[in-house]
Amino acid sequence: MNILVILKMTPDVVEELEIAADGRSLDAGLLRMAVSEGDEHALEEALLIKERHGGRVTVLAVEAPDVDDALFAALAKGADRAVRISGAGLGLGTRAVARVLASVLTDAHRLLPVDLVLTGTQAIDDLDGLLAPLVAHHLGMPYLGIVAEVAPDPARRTVTVVKEYPGGVRGRFEIDLPAVIGIQSAEKPPRYVPVAKVRAAMKSERIDSALVPSLADTTGPLIEVIEMRKPEAAGRAEMIEGPPAQVADKICEVLAARGLL
Amino acid sequence: MPDNVWVLAEHWRGKLSEITFEALALGRDLAAGLGRELDAVLLGHEVKALAGELGAADRVLCCEHPLLAELTPDIYAEALAQLARQRAPAVVIAPLTNVTLGVGTLLASKLEAPAINFCRDARVVEGKIEALAVMYGGKIECRVTAARAPAILGLWPGSRPAEAGRKSAPPAAIEDAPVTLAAPARVRLKEYIEPEMGEIDISAEQVLVAVGRGIQSQDNIELAEELAAALGGAVCGSRPVIDQGWLALSRQVGKSGATVKPKLYLAAGISGAPEHVEGIRASELVIAINSDPQAPIFNVAHYGAVADALDLLPALTQAVRGRKG
Repeated sequence: MNILVILKMTPDVVEELEIAADGRSLDAGLLRMAVSEGDEHALEEALLIKERHGGRVTVLAVEAPDVDDALFAALAKGADRAVRISGAGLGLGTRAVARVLASVLTDAHRLLPVDLVLTGTQAIDDLDGLLAPLVAHHLGMPYLGIVAEVAPDPARRTVTVVKEYPGGVRGRFEIDLPAVIGIQSAEKPPRYVPVAKVRAAMKSERIDSALVPSLADTTGPLIEVIEMRKPEAAGRAEMIEGPPAQVADKICEVLAARGLL
Repeated sequence: MPDNVWVLAEHWRGKLSEITFEALALGRDLAAGLGRELDAVLLGHEVKALAGELGAADRVLCCEHPLLAELTPDIYAEALAQLARQRAPAVVIAPLTNVTLGVGTLLASKLEAPAINFCRDARVVEGKIEALAVMYGGKIECRVTAARAPAILGLWPGSRPAEAGRKSAPPAAIEDAPVTLAAPARVRLKEYIEPEMGEIDISAEQVLVAVGRGIQSQDNIELAEELAAALGGAVCGSRPVIDQGWLALSRQVGKSGATVKPKLYLAAGISGAPEHVEGIRASELVIAINSDPQAPIFNVAHYGAVADALDLLPALTQAVRGRKG
């Protein structure tokens, strides 16, 4: 099995997000970037498949701040190869990222043939589309998202996956390989890799580079963000302030007034 | 009619979804703004009986094919793309639910049309569609326009009350809208797996203490259990807590989990991402505890406290026990 995992760097929302001076984007200088959560699960699922069925896991990411750290971490976790795509420019939308990835995948970067492409079901910045179906469309492969289990059957050239539906219902699907799967969550929580191991990977392993020409956008942008803002305070909670014991007392008053105590 | 507003009528296991009616209500506003008609697009196999419930639309385009019996994004997007090429809608509203997710993006990709994901609302400004999209886990919202038609809007649940999109009268017109689809399907549903009934049904609980990432470790779940016991309720959690294995799958609230409607929903260490909020909207009282004053959960909660859940949960347990004597 040749498994390709697409990692995307997205702003870490644990940090405060600030709007840039143009009022239409995030202040990039203040952003801390991290691998999109769904992509972390996609990597974990790929590593689990490799452990169970053998194969080779390649991680692929478009250039972004801190992307090398993410790629070395993936190598330290057990990925076999890491490829960073540069030249396309920074801060691309998801539609453009999908086109860049597709151009690399049909080019001579020794990434093909591939049996499975895994990435997160969605990223928090997928404003102009989801990556997995876009890549599937460009590669002409079948796609399914919101997947929580992946079991390939290389002999039959199929993969059996479990997709989540509302209310805890799940669906078991059979998909022809090669396929693009959007992972919601891996079968196990993403493995932890100690910093020392990542440092070791930085010394012993390397990241391959794939250079693409900058995107000549012939069609112009498909969507335009005209304003970015923090959600309005309308309908905001009534805030209770004070030390824990005092806050607890006030919450109790609210509960008592509603007959909940 | 070209330039109409389309709503992809989501149905699953024989029933139209709530979001279909929410989308129809939104679609009606957009159609009025554009001076066009509202079409509900019903894809499936032997689904025409559902068309009668879509009276909020001016017309139902009924597209039936054996390959559309179960929703797989590839085939649904292909059918929609064929219909869109024939009929040139101005807007297509596609739900971002676990059933339909992916269809809108694939459709946009096939049509090389603009897609705007994560929409919570949309309106018509000077003849153009302007969407309000929620990004970064609910922390940022943005106003977005599409450069050309059709604009494919990916819609979160909760944009309009579903009631506003229900009409007892049947639609004025139901039209057959055939497509040509090539078998065999490359994505095939083999079976549904019903949820294992947990030891409790959280959707029936009156008091829920919900924990999220802010609870930090499995050991700390106990703090929530103690408070739930004092209040006579149950513990549930958001996705990260379930994924970590700290709580059973039957305790998950949100998109892939349960939709709850308790008298009290106390959210501790839950940021309030849209996927979670969609499951708690029917709660009578939401109290949120989060250490991040910017956490979007405070936009949903009735009462909030900026505090570390690990400090406040024990204090609250003690205060509740004190009151109950």
